[in-house]
Amino acid sequence: MNVALFLPCYVDQLAPDVAWATLRVLERAGCQVDYDPDQGCCGQPFLNRGALREARALASRHLRCFAGAAAVVSPSSSCVATVRRRFGELGVSGAHESGPRTFELSEFLVRVLGKTQLGARFPYRVAMLQSCHGLRELGLGTPSERAGGELAPSPLESLLRAVEDLALVSVERPDECCGFGGAFSVTHPTLSARIGRARLRAMADAGAQYVTGTDASCLLHLDGIRRREGFGPRAIHLAEILANGASVPELAS
Amino acid sequence: MTTSFDQRALATLPSRGELAQHDAAVWNLRLRRDAAAAEVPDWEALRERAAALKAFTLDHLDELLIGFEEKARAAGAHVHWATDATALCRIVTELLSARGARRVVKSKSMLTEECGLNPHLEARGIEVIDTDLGERIVQLAEEKPSHLIVPAIHKTRREIGALFHRHMGTPEGEDDPERLTRFARADLRRRFLAADAGISGVNFAVAETGSIVIVSNEGNVDLGTSLPTLHIACLGIEKLVPALADLPVFLRLLARSATGQPISAYTSVLTGPRAGGELHIVLVDNGRSALLSNETQRGALACIRCGACLNTCPVYRRAGGHAYGSVIPGPIGSVLGPALGGAAGAELPHASTLCGSCSAVCPVKIDLHGQLLAWRGERYRPPPAERLLSLGAALALRWPVLRGLARAALRLLWPLLARRHSRNPAEAWLAARELPPLPKHSFRAQWKQRERGRE
Repeated sequence: MNVALFLPCYVDQLAPDVAWATLRVLERAGCQVDYDPDQGCCGQPFLNRGALREARALASRHLRCFAGAAAVVSPSSSCVATVRRRFGELGVSGAHESGPRTFELSEFLVRVLGKTQLGARFPYRVAMLQSCHGLRELGLGTPSERAGGELAPSPLESLLRAVEDLALVSVERPDECCGFGGAFSVTHPTLSARIGRARLRAMADAGAQYVTGTDASCLLHLDGIRRREGFGPRAIHLAEILANGASVPELAS
Repeated sequence: MTTSFDQRALATLPSRGELAQHDAAVWNLRLRRDAAAAEVPDWEALRERAAALKAFTLDHLDELLIGFEEKARAAGAHVHWATDATALCRIVTELLSARGARRVVKSKSMLTEECGLNPHLEARGIEVIDTDLGERIVQLAEEKPSHLIVPAIHKTRREIGALFHRHMGTPEGEDDPERLTRFARADLRRRFLAADAGISGVNFAVAETGSIVIVSNEGNVDLGTSLPTLHIACLGIEKLVPALADLPVFLRLLARSATGQPISAYTSVLTGPRAGGELHIVLVDNGRSALLSNETQRGALACIRCGACLNTCPVYRRAGGHAYGSVIPGPIGSVLGPALGGAAGAELPHASTLCGSCSAVCPVKIDLHGQLLAWRGERYRPPPAERLLSLGAALALRWPVLRGLARAALRLLWPLLARRHSRNPAEAWLAARELPPLPKHSFRAQWKQRERGRE
């Protein structure tokens, strides 16, 4: 299957390893991956602040850039949620065709390709961060608010359960927000950090050595707090765990 | 770029201890709701049903209101219409003055908070006693409620003990909740018996029968509306439900979502005045018609004030209700804020991470986080610096040459950005976190290099 890689701006600049890992995982899953270095921002930060004109322009540009792709895959659930859930509301032409072809990485692997076993090994205790936009806007799992009804399994969890020697720890309030919230993290730094610290504390109490998830932005925020506060699990993107294969990284000090 | 909301949170929950206590107390309500919702086999279907009933009500509000008025009058109630807060205050004052009422007992009503009824009456020499225990605590402390259902959740038992000692003469140092409640109850009982009038809020108004429905757990509503001869009930025009048969849907959702109870301790359906009494129903608009005409935001009028969105909100729990500076705090307060006015209204839609837990927990399925996002676009008034930054960034992201320059500049400036300094634009991030280290090359650059190597 031909796949176009859709990278969040901060992954491109700040976390190129996550991008390479995503590429390797997709290739290992049998995909032909293409990347257009001309791609820009999907407009989420602008939309998030209310700058609709700028958001619309960037959304149009994004759709033009990926118009020809059979499937667009991104290591960021919030960017995918923007394309799938918000482009239509912005009234950008092409939004309704593009939404269903755009996937978050774990969603694509499990729900489209039907793969959970990718031959990875990661001998650590890991906490899952269910990023909110993935969980509640893309339906990547069943949020804890839901009472009864059919449970949607989380592709993130399915993938992690298939990783050799990886121990998933259960964290109190498993799907509480990490406090990042995009612009919120800088417009409300006190609250953003209060929430983030509490999440890190809960994960540390559960014995997690690493925290992983589908959104590099939430992970950058949590890791920034960990480095400031000096406690809590290290952040690692799902793609990096899956891309490891049988070669396992040393637990960084 | 730090907003005053964030700074107010520092003042409302100043220490880590108070923060942890508030967060845990409020989260406990969310857990009780989860357990109560799980007991209902068709919870999600019940939510769907409630949402559909509310949508129908809002679509037919004009007819339903007229129908309600007719039926309520036929049952012997007087019906008044108040276009805004001023009108409500005037109507209530006139009703009280005409009967020489000086002492009023009031049961919980967010609407009268919204309209500033208490201070209005007090300024005219009328004594108003809030009879809901939490409301009473907040009233004695001369504060505002910080939660829809648990108005005094921000106060510790020690603070409440000291307050009661000062105002009710309870023994110094007494902070046992049960004993304090008994004191408050005895004090309130005297006031109920001496009251000239009772003022109440309303949870639901039934168009089919002209009935008003009030739920409570303390029995104060029933005393306040049946002991004095005059009962004034105040409700927002959105409180209507079409028929009596629709009530169970909402009563079940409300009690379970608010406190985790299967049903509230007291549910009073009042149709017309009590024997020998007078019932006045005041229907209040105060911005609601305007909200109804806003296609994107009208859904907020479906709110049944259960407080579940507050309990689940990671921001509310760590900010405290007073940080909102609005009558109604939490996600629903931030959605209503820009519509119902108030100084803090404009910034409130930004006081959210948009995690969507509020929308997922809401018993009437209001798209709370979607509406918060929509307000941000509808009321986009960024400070000039942000406006400039936003325009610049959007241009750079659209034009490859500018984009390349911007990226290069950012990479050059990164070491400076990582340094703590009050004039550093990244300070808001750095206040609580480290910046991630900058990798030597971006993915884009590495990719291009690899592609060149392949040619």
